[in-house]
Amino acid sequence: MIDPTVRRIENLLRSPLLIFGGGGLLTALAFVVLWLLFPFYRDLLSHPFWFPVIVMAVMLTLILTSTAVCILFERKIAGFTQDRFGPNRVGFWGLLQPLADGLKFLLKEDITPRHVDRPLFLLAPALALGVSLLGFAIIPWAGEVEWPWAPGVRVSTQVFSLNIGILYLLSVGAVGVYGIVLAGYASNNKYSFFGGMRAAAQMISYELPLGLALLCLLLTTGTLRLEEIVEQQARSGIWYVFMQPLPFLLVLVSSFAEANRTPFDLAEAEQELVGGFHTEYSSMKFAMFFLGEYAHLVTGSAFMVALFFGGWAPLPFTSWLADNVAWWAMLLKLGIYLGKVALFIWFFMLIRWTIPRFRFDQLMRLCWLSLVPVGIGLLIGVALLVALGWHRHWWANLGLNLLVLLIMLWYAGRSKTPVTGRQSDLPPVPA
Amino acid sequence: MRDEDVIEISEPELTAAERLYLPQIFDGLKTTVRHMFDLKRRKEIVHQYPEDTRQGRGTLRVSNYRGVHRLNKDPDGRVACVACFMCSTACPVHCIHIEAGESPWPDREKYPVKFEIDELRCIYCGMCEEACPCDAIELTPHYELVGRTREEMIFDKEKLLQIYEETKHIKPRKNPPITDYGLTGGQSRDVAQPNVERKV
Repeated sequence: MIDPTVRRIENLLRSPLLIFGGGGLLTALAFVVLWLLFPFYRDLLSHPFWFPVIVMAVMLTLILTSTAVCILFERKIAGFTQDRFGPNRVGFWGLLQPLADGLKFLLKEDITPRHVDRPLFLLAPALALGVSLLGFAIIPWAGEVEWPWAPGVRVSTQVFSLNIGILYLLSVGAVGVYGIVLAGYASNNKYSFFGGMRAAAQMISYELPLGLALLCLLLTTGTLRLEEIVEQQARSGIWYVFMQPLPFLLVLVSSFAEANRTPFDLAEAEQELVGGFHTEYSSMKFAMFFLGEYAHLVTGSAFMVALFFGGWAPLPFTSWLADNVAWWAMLLKLGIYLGKVALFIWFFMLIRWTIPRFRFDQLMRLCWLSLVPVGIGLLIGVALLVALGWHRHWWANLGLNLLVLLIMLWYAGRSKTPVTGRQSDLPPVPA
Repeated sequence: MRDEDVIEISEPELTAAERLYLPQIFDGLKTTVRHMFDLKRRKEIVHQYPEDTRQGRGTLRVSNYRGVHRLNKDPDGRVACVACFMCSTACPVHCIHIEAGESPWPDREKYPVKFEIDELRCIYCGMCEEACPCDAIELTPHYELVGRTREEMIFDKEKLLQIYEETKHIKPRKNPPITDYGLTGGQSRDVAQPNVERKV
């Protein structure tokens, strides 16, 4: 039935030997090359300027690869939650699927319709992807390293230590809205325009709870620099998720909305607006939107891990690797950080297949009528704590969060309608 | 519709914890995570086609699966169809085209000179099988149809009879009432027992 040659090729591609053997071989080759070239770049590694550049190059490659792997990851997780396997034909466990998808996108016919606004049409996907990748500059991957051949010189694995760290990330996220708005506008198509406007309104609205929650965190930590926040958590052992769980929740929900992820993916849902803002895009441009969404996801996860889950710190209530600057500790910390980011990405994808989508007015009501008041309440509370001087104590912060939660529950118990409003709250259809 | 016929239903009220959405989300996550780590159930449900098929597992019910059609032959080797046009009339999408001709055998008036079914147009509903009085057209359990052109997928009489030869051991032919459910050995009743008085 199937051509035997084709079947043989397929079985070869699917064999674990090819995937893991080939992957292992390539990794071994890379290590050998790095080992052989070591004397040439040894001094670059301990140079305080060039090492972050190397980190940037490595991390960019890693992030772009992980964005591509997210495609496979998403489909595998979708399959597993739905009692089926995801893609497993292309390589063992589907590991060559990103390659196949990338080839498909490259070889597909790239259509630019005649009715679109050309410059903006071509700019939008580039903006969506490019801006999402800018956020990685300030993430502290593994703290500081002291290489054995250059004692006393500490180089940081953070690409650039900005003194307005968190603010930079917020602003970069805001520029990401442009990509989607331009896509919707330039498509010259009613439904794409609607999708673009909805996505823009959603992303801008949810930046408010994000900012408010981050302000609460900022008042507690006292610094905007991400590496100092991670160091505080690693040193004291108390991660900020234990100290301030409600701001974490606000940041989590806002990250879902910023990344246009279910349950907030109304702008790109197929059932809603055909393709939403990316209806008119095909092939590589379409791929760039999705890669941009996944890059946003990875950035958001990395950000949340750094702020709330201790970044590279291994365990919650110990300060195990906090002061260790050896090179092997750096690799361990990097591994821990990436592991936590992977767990977050898994959680993002799991939620996609668990919760139904919010309707647009429900989305807006949730933001403006629930999350923003909670954020403001938390902010007032933390400001009070700062005024009293208790903001560095974990019990004060936790107590405040519990108090706000109780107030929320009491207020929620008072009225009978859900926070996202009822169908009857919508304006009546004109007769 | 009277006013008293209208029943007013309002949406159910949510409790305070429910209105935070978080408990239900956790509940949903429990279900999703449970399914995610259930490898046994996944292996049991999923067919890794084409190595693992429904026929291979034995879960395909051969007696009534609606796959590709075939034209049955009676035990003498003749085509069982009498070109009565009942199947093409019953077909909802008009995919059966028959041309009738005078049959060379004494026990039948007509036989199909041309019998074509457009397999791509067919919706595999089985109405033709239900309509046929001679159980001449049957749907087999074979579903793996591939063709390179649309013309290739219009099956003519020879192709349908060939399918019969290939599938008669998987799904044996039904015995139609006109042969007294097989008791006459394949001839129609009027030929085998001509002088019997029948109500039908």
